[in-house]
This record gives sequence, C-alpha cells and structure tokens, in this order.
Amino acid sequence: MVAMGIHKIGEFLLLLVSTSLVSNVVLSQFLGLCPFLGVSRKVKTAGGMGVAVIFVITLASAVAGAINKFVLIKFNVQYLDTIVFILVIAALVQFVEMFLKKSMPSLYEALGVYLPLITTNCAVLGVAISNEQAEYGIGMGTLVGFGTAVGFTVAIVILAGIREKIEYNDVPESFKGMPMVLLTAGLMAIAFIGFSALSGAM
Amino acid sequence: MNKAAERLYNGFVKENPTFVLMLGMCPTLAVTTSAINGLGMGLTTMVVLALSNLFISLLRKIIPNRVRIPAFIVIIASFVTIVQLLLEAYLPFLNKSLGVYIPLIVVNCIILGRAEAYAYSNPPFASLFDGIGMGLGFSFALTCIGAVRELLGEGKFFGLTLLPDSFEPIGIFVQAPGAFFVLACLVALQNYIKGKRKKAGKPYEKIGSGCSEDCMNCSEQGCSRRFYDENAKSADSEKEGK
Repeated sequence: MVAMGIHKIGEFLLLLVSTSLVSNVVLSQFLGLCPFLGVSRKVKTAGGMGVAVIFVITLASAVAGAINKFVLIKFNVQYLDTIVFILVIAALVQFVEMFLKKSMPSLYEALGVYLPLITTNCAVLGVAISNEQAEYGIGMGTLVGFGTAVGFTVAIVILAGIREKIEYNDVPESFKGMPMVLLTAGLMAIAFIGFSALSGAM
Repeated sequence: MNKAAERLYNGFVKENPTFVLMLGMCPTLAVTTSAINGLGMGLTTMVVLALSNLFISLLRKIIPNRVRIPAFIVIIASFVTIVQLLLEAYLPFLNKSLGVYIPLIVVNCIILGRAEAYAYSNPPFASLFDGIGMGLGFSFALTCIGAVRELLGEGKFFGLTLLPDSFEPIGIFVQAPGAFFVLACLVALQNYIKGKRKKAGKPYEKIGSGCSEDCMNCSEQGCSRRFYDENAKSADSEKEGK
C-alpha cells in the first residue's frame, strides 16, 4: 500500500517535470508565444503573467476535463470538443475576472491586467485538447495543466531576466527588438533540449 | 471578376499574413518542420479561412455588433471541426503529423482578424476571395519556411534528398530552436526592408513587426487582440464616467 503510494507520488513528480521542463509548452510546443514574447520586458510583469497563467490553465484544464467526462463523453458528442472548449474557456476567464473583482480585490489588482490577455493564449486550449486526446482523467489532466503552466512561467521569467540584461547591448540595427528576443528564445530552447535526458534517466 | 483578382493579389503579396503582417506565428513555428507539413497546415487554414469569411459575410447583417466576436468564434470553430473530421477520414497521415495544431486553428489570429477587418463589412464574394488569397499567402509562407528548415536540417526538399552526402545536416533546424532562428532572421530581414523604405521616404506602415512585438501597444488593424484591448478601454472609460 505504502509502496504503491510512493510509486504514485514518483509518477506525479515525473509528470510535473516532463510537462514543465522536458516538453516545455513555449520552447518546444510553441503554444502561448504571443504573451511569451509580448509581456516579457520586465521580470515583474512576466512573473505576474506567469502566476495568472498558472491560475487560469489549472482551472481551465480541470473544468475542461469535467466537461469532457460528464457532457461530451456521456452524450457521445466528442466531435464538439473544439467548439465547447473555446467557449467554456472564454466564459471561464470572464467569470474568474468578475469573481476576483468582487471578492478578492487585492488578487484582482495583481492579476487583473493579464486575465483578458489569457483568453487568446493558445496554450489554454492546447492543454485542454491534448489532455482529451491523451485520455487523461480530471485529476491527471489538472496536474498536467498545472505542470504546463509552471513551465510557461519558468520560461517567461527566464526570458524576461535575459531581456533586462541585453536591453542596452549593441546589436546590429536590423536585429534590434524582436529578432534578438527570438534568438534568445532559440538559445533557451537548445538549453531546454538538455532536459530530455532527464526524463530518460528517471 | 477584377475584385477577386485584386483580393487574391492582396492576400498573396501586398498583405501576406506571414511575411508582411506577421500574424499567426504559433502554427508558423510549430508545424514547419518540413515543407509538406507547412503546405498541409497552410491549405487547411485556407479552407477554414475562406469558408468562415464567406459565412460571416453572409451573416453580417444578422450578427449583432455586441456579440460579434463570440459569434465569429463559433462559426470558425464549426469549420475547424468539419475540416478536422475530413482530414481524419481522408488524410490521416497529415492529421497525425499536425496533431493538436489543427483544433488550434480556432485561435489563429489571422482568421479572427480577417473576419473582423474584412468579412464583417464586405460582400460574400469578395470575402471568399479575400480568405482564399490570405490562405494562399499563408500556405506559400509556411511552405517556404518549412522547405528552408527541411533543407538545412535534413538535406531534403519535400522528402527528396537534394544535398550530397558530404553535407552534414544541421539537425537543430528541424527541432524547436531552429524555428526561432529562422523566424529571427525573417523578422530581421523585414526590419532591414522597413528601414530602407523609411530612408527612401516610401510607405512602410503596412509592414508589421510581429503581433508579438508589443501586444499592449500594438497598432495592427487585423489582430484579434485589439478587440480585448478596446473592450478594456471602453470599460475603463465607463468606470471613470461613473
């Protein structure tokens, strides 16, 4: 019984590491690139965006998992997944925003700016759909969502840190701005490939 | 008939979604590991874009202004579902290699952008060709990027070995980092052209610098992100009014 429990925990940790680092959502799957490149000027805003993304993706993958189990599979209409998920996610983000505004104003102050931006973050829909395709249950799907979002936060905070350092560097005129950020992201992606050895070793 | 040709030219050359407007970068980076994948993704997006443009244009007098964005999303998502099921049935290999990126066509900003910027205020015929033109431009761009990555990363072109054995393939180009490097060079080239036009006093505003440059202060007309910003602004002004 205990051994099984330990085995389970190990599996969960492995899942967290593999979703957040090995197959990083931005650097190896290219989901959520817009906020990754757009909101990574300052470490502080990047961190705020990261926390908001963790919050929304975890919640959205739980809700999408529940809808998948209790509505789509029950009535045998899985082909409606894309339509249902996108509407549910958009509604959920709106709802979370209203809820935070009314009941937790301090949290809303911190996350509020980022919430509307997350509706168009394709990582949210991407996680919901790939959870469904992998046939994860609600708990497992939520964990995967959480791991993915942590991976996003790690990547965006690191990128913001590097951007703050290279802001005043002397780069060729044409490479100023976006191209430099993309090159940085490319180098980060190379670094993250190193993590793939980690999943093999475990 | 002239209108159709004009829309096709506009989408393919003048406002090419990838090379000029820099919209829809997620799929551009993710699926262009080979030329055939790029072409498949481009054509799939084109079908969705053309059909959703046509339907949104047909329904433009019925859809109320206030709920237009959710209505667009439902129409787009329906076509994405139809296309996904068709691919699953008739082109399973493409469906497998594009994977989760097919349902993600829903959130591609090119489609919502064209719906808002063109189809919602123009007649069906022109909108259909606007979608086809934009889709062809997108397919062309994805095929080019895919071909470059495939050539550098595997020494092949559409699966045919082109380069001699003495060429050591740069494997990184078919992996994730290669996508960032290729796009970085592309944007740098664009900046270069933009800078040149600026100096020569030619118009350059149309050349976007990527919807990712600065989402908060973006001036891109066709980007879906704008509507959220505008909504936020109007909500703020309402608050101040009170």
